[in-house]
Amino acid sequence: MTARLARTLSSLTAVLLLTACTNYYEIPIETPIRPKLDVSGFQRVLVAGFISGGTDDVDSNLETTRLLRSQLRTKSDLRVIDADVLPLMDVATEGQNASTGVVGTPAPIKEEKDLEPYERLFANVDYWKKVGEEYQQPLIVTGTIMFLPQQRNSIVQREVEQYDSFGRRRVTPTRTYVERKGFALRPKFVFIDGRTGTVMHSERFAEEILYNANQTTPALSSYFELMDRLIPSFLNTLSSQKIKGTRVLLQ
Amino acid sequence: MRASFSMVVLFLALAAAPLAADARSDAKKHVEFGVAVAQKGLWREAILQWERAATIDPTYAAAQNNLAIAYEHEGDLDKARAAYEKALAIEPNNSYIKQNYELFKEINDRTTRKDAQ
Repeated sequence: MTARLARTLSSLTAVLLLTACTNYYEIPIETPIRPKLDVSGFQRVLVAGFISGGTDDVDSNLETTRLLRSQLRTKSDLRVIDADVLPLMDVATEGQNASTGVVGTPAPIKEEKDLEPYERLFANVDYWKKVGEEYQQPLIVTGTIMFLPQQRNSIVQREVEQYDSFGRRRVTPTRTYVERKGFALRPKFVFIDGRTGTVMHSERFAEEILYNANQTTPALSSYFELMDRLIPSFLNTLSSQKIKGTRVLLQ
Repeated sequence: MRASFSMVVLFLALAAAPLAADARSDAKKHVEFGVAVAQKGLWREAILQWERAATIDPTYAAAQNNLAIAYEHEGDLDKARAAYEKALAIEPNNSYIKQNYELFKEINDRTTRKDAQ
């Protein structure tokens, strides 16, 4: 018993000594991230527009085009082409009509599966080559964007403060049913070589934001909040980025 | 016979202890100097110091942790991962190293996303 007590005490002392002897220093670092794509062959970039769907509260095609153009203008070496957003929905629908022989209007995109018929547009080499010729063979950025309302109900554990008859404070974990609402943003960015019309790279993202049901947040501000999370990764496809952070040096 | 064997083991243990302590204190000097120069932004010099410390005492987790941070700062993510893994193998419960590694993984995962084609 005494030996066990001695052992416990000595290991406790060792732990305390180790903790006391460990000096640590917080240090800011900047991690450089190499771009995923070699875009050295391009001088210009055209954000052509997107096939978009989901909520009607935000025109995610226009907003995304504007946002990416402004980000690329300040954070990449490529010259951003200012042009009207291409009518990609119409082009895709025309393509479908030509292949099926049936004349139809573009179907509304409400869910992700509704995007599937439009995805073929990105493989249309002739179309993108033509666009490339028109804008002096730039790097073309296009893709799909889904911006959807979300609703989720769940049981969460919260700490509730209570006082007994003697005025003593007690905190007890309580499980409550919470209703949450928000938005999900699911873009797919497609990078096309304007010289050949072929897809160089594509990347999917998914972000979600949920608020308490009684909180009213405009769809547009949720959209920008979600895009803010994706922008560094999008930019990292084309240009090297430095990610700031803090680490702990030890002695 | 058994007594003499025990004596030899005891002698070797006692002889090795100061050597290990010497290696650690020597490595610690390099680690301390590395921290000082890193705080001034001289990361290349810091890497040299911490690499030396890790060679002198390969069981010194602080040297591996600091090296990992410096490699991260230099953008050498493969080397950073290897150094973090070594540091964690030496001290798996060190909360500072675990936290640094988690933050590193967040950045590293961004560069190696699986859903990119």
